[in-house]
Parts: sequence; structure tokens; C-alpha cells
Amino acid sequence: MAAGRLSLAMGRRTWFGPALVVPAAALLGLLLAYPLGLGVWLGFQDAKIGAPGTFIGVENYQYLLDDPVFRLTAINTALYTIVTVVLKLALGLGLALVLNQRFAGVRFWRSVLLLPYVVPTVLSAFAWWWIFDPQFSFISWALVKLGLLRHNIDFLGDSWLARGSLMVANIWRGTPFFTIGYLAGLQSIPTDVYEAAQIDGARAFRVFREITWPLLTPLTVILTTVSAIFTFTDFQLVWTITRGGPANATHLFVTLAYQRGIVGGSMGEGAAIAGVTLPALAVLAYAAMRAIRERS
Amino acid sequence: MRSRLLGTWLPLLFFAVFLLFPFYWMVLTAVRPNQELVSTATNPFLVHHPTLDHVRYLLTGTGFPRWFWNTMGIAAGASVLSVSVSWLAAYGIVRVGFPGANGAGLAIYLGYLVPPAILFIPLADVLLKLGWFDRPAALVPVYATFLIPFCTWLLMGYLKSIPREIEEAAMVDGAGRLRVMLGIVLPLSGPGLISAFIFAFTLSWNEYLYALVFMSAPEHKTVPVGLATELVRGDIYQWGPLMAGAVLGCIPVVMIYFLFVDRYVQGMSGALKG
Repeated sequence: MAAGRLSLAMGRRTWFGPALVVPAAALLGLLLAYPLGLGVWLGFQDAKIGAPGTFIGVENYQYLLDDPVFRLTAINTALYTIVTVVLKLALGLGLALVLNQRFAGVRFWRSVLLLPYVVPTVLSAFAWWWIFDPQFSFISWALVKLGLLRHNIDFLGDSWLARGSLMVANIWRGTPFFTIGYLAGLQSIPTDVYEAAQIDGARAFRVFREITWPLLTPLTVILTTVSAIFTFTDFQLVWTITRGGPANATHLFVTLAYQRGIVGGSMGEGAAIAGVTLPALAVLAYAAMRAIRERS
Repeated sequence: MRSRLLGTWLPLLFFAVFLLFPFYWMVLTAVRPNQELVSTATNPFLVHHPTLDHVRYLLTGTGFPRWFWNTMGIAAGASVLSVSVSWLAAYGIVRVGFPGANGAGLAIYLGYLVPPAILFIPLADVLLKLGWFDRPAALVPVYATFLIPFCTWLLMGYLKSIPREIEEAAMVDGAGRLRVMLGIVLPLSGPGLISAFIFAFTLSWNEYLYALVFMSAPEHKTVPVGLATELVRGDIYQWGPLMAGAVLGCIPVVMIYFLFVDRYVQGMSGALKG
């Protein structure tokens, strides 16, 4: 009797399981999958906000390819992503190695040093904006007081200084992401692996290079791809600190898409700019998925 | 001793200064009076006459209190909605199972890898058509789209850790599917649900782009959007209130983080592991 009931319940699996997924799937379908497809479609239209567009083929893309601002944006985005992801990885791993040791107060430091990743990005971006203020930056103040500089640094008024400043803010925010991931990875390495190396008398750097780093590789792939996806599509830091300026020199794809698609009202063009990121995102997402599946 | 210094304390000092200084700067600016902010003669690293004027102005002269409660309500609503539907989906995928369950799990995770940054333009179109534009409540289902993938993945991991025998024993005793699910597995999921809720809440509190694009009336804005659009005036006098707003806006998230720090870190790394 009891067994009959169990198999009866099992028999219902055919509809019960899928039914439980329906609410989540419906929300994601309406507000994620559908807009994703609609965005690609809008990229081939001359739609404006509030006015339906007509199909214009690849005209938006043709226009963008000839647009120097768009070209600069593509270079900015690639540079921003590569430089910051590499430095975030290096610093994040370094911090994880420091925090993986035993010392007085390690628990305190572990929680406090992750804060940049936890607090709302726009709010910390305000602090960076203020730090990079042309008149009142403490960096300029200190350098002038020390006699190393005569004039204040115009952090956000010069193209390269502005790009560098944004990268610093991005690295600041993203480093703890790698630290969180690597701390978990380091803790999952069995200690006898290290004990064996210690008996061999291997030095710390060799242990890291030959044991720790290879064991962390799958995790490195996941962290790098996920970080690259969100750095590549960063909006908050750039829009808050420079708005793409000076003279459009620091735009990333998404800030340009926002400026043209929403502020300027050219939805089709904005969607096309966002659409340009899709192939790169698809490659990164595929790499991330593969690494995650391998790991689990 | 030397290696301790080079391997631990010096790097720690570097990271502590780099990662924590902006917070010090934020708090310092929030309590520095305007005369000190505009003076290049006084040491900018210190405050000589701390003041709460900026905070007072923020709380009485701006829409900040309204933005604060908007954000709170939206974050709470989006978190409850997302954690609920994510738990159902995770239960269906992990514990009930069906042909294609693994594929469904991966498809939901794929949603985590679709950044809001490429969806906001078409979503604006969808919300206009639904008549949800400039309605704070619309942000609840919208935020759910980036919360559900994360929460589902986290809860799938958690549900896998609950022994299957507990369910089977209950079913042999004659309990129905629904009773097993809601009466036995749901209470056992408590810690997982709390982790998911913490994440959902902090991620909602952090959201900027959707709220910036979809809300336009000042009284409908969230904290980050309100500060960025209503308080930025482009002069030196904006910094005190802006930093006061940044500090107060960080507080709910920081409090939750410190209350549940271990769970936060575990959940974060668990979701990466899959």
C-alpha cells in the first residue's frame, strides 16, 4: 500500500517537476529572454522611444562602424576589460593568499576587505568621483604639499588620466570578487598536498607555481569569465564618474548605448550598440558554463 | 619574522589602505563643514569641526527618506518573490526531477550571465507596452530576472545537500508530495533560503541601471538614482550631502553583510562552484 503510494507520487513526476519551474521560467521568459531577442530585433530598426520603427537591415551597424566615437568605444571597452580583469585577478589572488594565512585578526580583515564588492557601486563611485575632483583631490593636495607637483592633476579632464582613473575604481570594486572565489578555492585544497611538498623542502613560490596555481585553474577560468562579462558591460562606474567624457573619450559600449538609446531617444541605435556585445558575451558565457560544469 | 612582515603585514597594509580609504573619505566628507571642504589650506585628511549639517539637509531638504523606503520596499519585494519562485524551481529540478531537468537548471544559470546592461533598452520598450513605466512596483518583477538565476543555483546546491531518505521515509509513511515538499523540505531549507534572501536583498539594493531608466518622477526613485540625479549639482557644495547619502545608503547593505558574513561568503563561492 505504502509502496503503491510512493510509485503513485513518482508517477506524477511528469507534470509536477516542470510545474514547479513554471513561475521562474515565466518571469525569465517575459522579462529576460523576450527582451534579449527583442533587443537584437530592435538593432535592425530605426525605432525611437515611443515611436515604432521600421526594419532598416544593418544600417545601424553600418553607421556605427563609420562612427569614430563608436570605434573609440570599442577600443576603450576592450582595454578596460583586459587591463582591469588581469589586475583584479592578480590583486584578488594576492589578497586571498594573504588572508588564507593564520594571523591575529584574520577573520576581521577577511570580512572588512570584501566591503568594496558589497556596497552599492554607485555610492562608492561617488567617493571615487570626489577623490578624482580636479580642484579638491587629496592626491593633488598631497603631491603639491610635498613639492612634487605645481598644479593639481586634472584626473577626469584628460582622456588617458580619465581612463586610468576609471580603471582604478573598477579594480578597487572587483578585486574582492576574485578574493572571495580564491579564498574558497584555497581552502578546498587538501593540506596533505602541501605537507608532502614541505617534506620535499620546496620553497613557497615553487609550491604556489607547481601545486596551488594548477589546482586553481578551473576556478580561475570561472572567475575570469564571469568578471569579464560584467566588466565588459560595466555602466555604473563610468556613467557616475565621467558620463563617457571628456569628449566621449571614456565611453564603454553600455554607456554609449544608454546615451544614444535612452538619453538621445534612438532606441534602435542603442540596441545595436548593446547587440555588438552579444557575440563576445556568448563566447564568455559558453566558457564559463563549461568550466562550471567541469568543476561540479 | 622577516617573512611574516613581507608575506602578511606589508601586503595587508597595502590592501587595507587601497580598499578601505574610499570609505574613510566618504565618512569624512559627510561630516566636514563646507568651509573646510572648499579650503585648500586645511589638511584634507582630517575634520576640525565635524558637523551633521549635511545629514540634516539630506533627511529634511531632499527626497532621500522617500528614496530610502522605495529602495527598501522594492528590495524586500523582489527578494521575497525571487526566493519563492527560485525555491520552487530548484525543488522541481533537484528533488522531483524530470526529463531535461539538468538542461533547465543550466538554462536558468545562463540567465545569470546575461547582464542587465544589454537588456535595458528592449526592457524599456516592454515596460512601456505593459504600462509599467515610472511605477516602482514594476521593479519588483524586473529585479527578479537577475535574482532568480543566482537564487535558483544557490538553492539547487543547498537542496542537493538534504538527504533524499528523509523525503522517501515520509512518503512511505503516507505523506503526499505537497506535504513532503512544504512540511518537511521547506523547513529544512531555512539556512539556504536565508542565504538566498541576503544575496537578493543586497543585489537589489545595489541595482542602478534599471531604476535609472525606468523611473522618472523624483518620488519614485531609489537611493542610488535619487542621489545621482537629484543631488548632483555640479558644484563644490554637492559633496557633503552626496557623501552623507552614500554613507546612509550603504548602511542597510553593510549591516546585513556583517550580520551574515560567513553565510555571504559561503553562498557566493557556492554559487560559483555550482
